Amino acid sequence: MQQRFTYLTVTLAGLAGWLTLAPVAPADEITRGEMLSVSCAGCHGTDGKSPGSIPSIAGKSADTIETALKEFRSGQRESTVMGRHAKGYTDEEIKLIAAYFGSVK
Amino acid sequence: MGTYSRRDFIKLIGAAGATSAVGWPLIAQAKRGHVVIIGGGFGGASCAKYLRKLDPGIKVTLVEREKEFVTCPFSNAVLGGLYDMGFITHSYDALRQRWDIKIVHDTAVAIDAAARKVKLAGGKTLKYDRLVVSPGIDIRWNALKGYDEAASELAPHAWQAGPQTVLLRKQLEAMKDGGVVVITSPANPYRCPPGPYERACMIAHYLKQKKPRSKVIILDAKDGFAKQGLFIDGWKQLYPGMIEWVKGTDGGMIDRVDAKTKTVYPTFGDPVKADVLNVVPPQSAGAIALKAGLANKDGWCPIDQKTFESTLHKDIYVLGDAAIAGKMPKSGYAASSQAKVCAAAIITSLRGANMPDPSYVNTCYSLVGPDYAISVAAVYRLQEGQISGVKGAGGVSPKDADPAFRRKEASYAVGWYKSISADIWG
Ligand SMILES: Cc1cc2nc3c(=O)[nH]c(=O)nc-3n(C[C@H](O)[C@H](O)[C@H](O)COP(=O)(O)OP(=O)(O)OC[C@H]3O[C@@H](n4cnc5c(N)ncnc54)[C@H](O)[C@@H]3O)c2cc1C
Ligand code: HEC
Repeated sequence: MQQRFTYLTVTLAGLAGWLTLAPVAPADEITRGEMLSVSCAGCHGTDGKSPGSIPSIAGKSADTIETALKEFRSGQRESTVMGRHAKGYTDEEIKLIAAYFGSVK
Repeated sequence: MGTYSRRDFIKLIGAAGATSAVGWPLIAQAKRGHVVIIGGGFGGASCAKYLRKLDPGIKVTLVEREKEFVTCPFSNAVLGGLYDMGFITHSYDALRQRWDIKIVHDTAVAIDAAARKVKLAGGKTLKYDRLVVSPGIDIRWNALKGYDEAASELAPHAWQAGPQTVLLRKQLEAMKDGGVVVITSPANPYRCPPGPYERACMIAHYLKQKKPRSKVIILDAKDGFAKQGLFIDGWKQLYPGMIEWVKGTDGGMIDRVDAKTKTVYPTFGDPVKADVLNVVPPQSAGAIALKAGLANKDGWCPIDQKTFESTLHKDIYVLGDAAIAGKMPKSGYAASSQAKVCAAAIITSLRGANMPDPSYVNTCYSLVGPDYAISVAAVYRLQEGQISGVKGAGGVSPKDADPAFRRKEASYAVGWYKSISADIWG
């Protein structure tokens, strides 16, 4: 029943979502982007707001974050630890993470 | 469009549908529950906060026996005289006030898995829909001959931070110049694999300032340890001749200790007499996990490594040091990362929804000196049911790094501590 219901609403409300492509899903869903991103908070602070010497990532655009992660991963951008972390994520995952942080308030 | 996987996209639309104004009931809000958490440390407090952050409709009760939490991370820096106890002590006020978590300062003494109830020492009983157990470690008293609770008042372990940290610090302050500090390091697995070696650094840092003729000897049950090459380089640079590491097969393995005379008896070779004796003893999952039948015969808790649900009892989740979590070490960052995955697992299981694929991380910074730190990092995924490191990612700090690099990592180590403390208790 629940399965059917989801199908129905896809046609009703899905279109709007498809067109606007909000960067994160509505509050009630735990997305893969969020699951990946909460693991960064141990170093960058909750929602990327850092209280100490590690740079905040809150307030940066998705593009800035995506570029930074890819450059850390390739070694193009120097780092102490980010290179080692960024290598743990695929292009697709980096996009999801960047979209998540790019959208948090 | 490349931003979204097919699955995310379907979820996005599904969830948008659930909250759309077409007059249907809200699926996501149909099911909420009560989660009880035992232990307000790195795993338990993280889980409490992230349950509430990811689902403000969920009710969370956190049971913690202490009024304030004292972290093991940075307790070695307290021993080294870099910080005071206040720096590593955290209040539960923010979890209570900002996150609306019910904090009960009491000790959980029994779990009735069938009736889904937790009994507290104070007499209360809590009923749960899901239970999270993150009790950390307990010392296996007498597993090392001669090392019982009374012995730990003479030869502190300081492997649970608090009064034990203060005691060890006082003993170091009282020791004469030219004294010998002996640290015994146990076999794997134990809490914080690089911890004993960072401790040797921080104690040597203090001794170098105040009692430069003194020495630190590490008697190790193992023949190797975490970040070994980097530590040994750091010892040579900062504390030449001050730290001696004796590996297991060279006489580091020990049979028994005599806390009264501060003497350690290796399996072979002569007894070693210490002025300050710090025993890092054999450990197991916290006592409540053993009592509730959540542990295996080795004293650690088997879990489903995707959700952290116990494989021995349904609807009970075990996190952090107590859990057998694949390749993840027993660290605070690991416990906190696991807690977020577990929070997602619990929320989605209460909703009957799909859980997103988990991803876990760990980084352990170790202070070699105040301006010299090294780190080990990893990103993990679930592979064939096991938490495994992503190949090609992670690893230790570079061996040939210059002093500026080590200094940066020392600054980031403090930054990490501030971030993770705020992420957990703030
Ligand atoms: C010297 C040292 C240095 C370390 N440095 C680092 C580091 O730099 N980085 C890092 O990531 N990790 C570090 N660690 C490891 C880290 O401290 C642990 O891995 C982490 O605390 C594990 O989290 P946990 O939730 O499993 O247990 P804990 O954080 O120990 O939390 C357990 C909590 O449960 C409570 N509790 C237990 N039983 C009950 C009960 N029955 N009822 C009520 N409450 C109960 C306890 O009071 C405690 O507050 C270090 C450890 C040591 C010893
Ligand atoms: C172990 C701690 C740690 C973890 C975990 C971590 N970071 Fe970082 N991050 C740092 C540090 C330290 C820097 C500064 C560069 C360096 O030396 O590595 C940084 C830099 C960055 C920057 C550049 C910021 C700037 O202003 O230049 C971005 C973006 C970033 N991290 C994103 C992330 C994301 C996203 C994650 C999770 C996938 C993550 N980080 C995980 C420690 C961490």
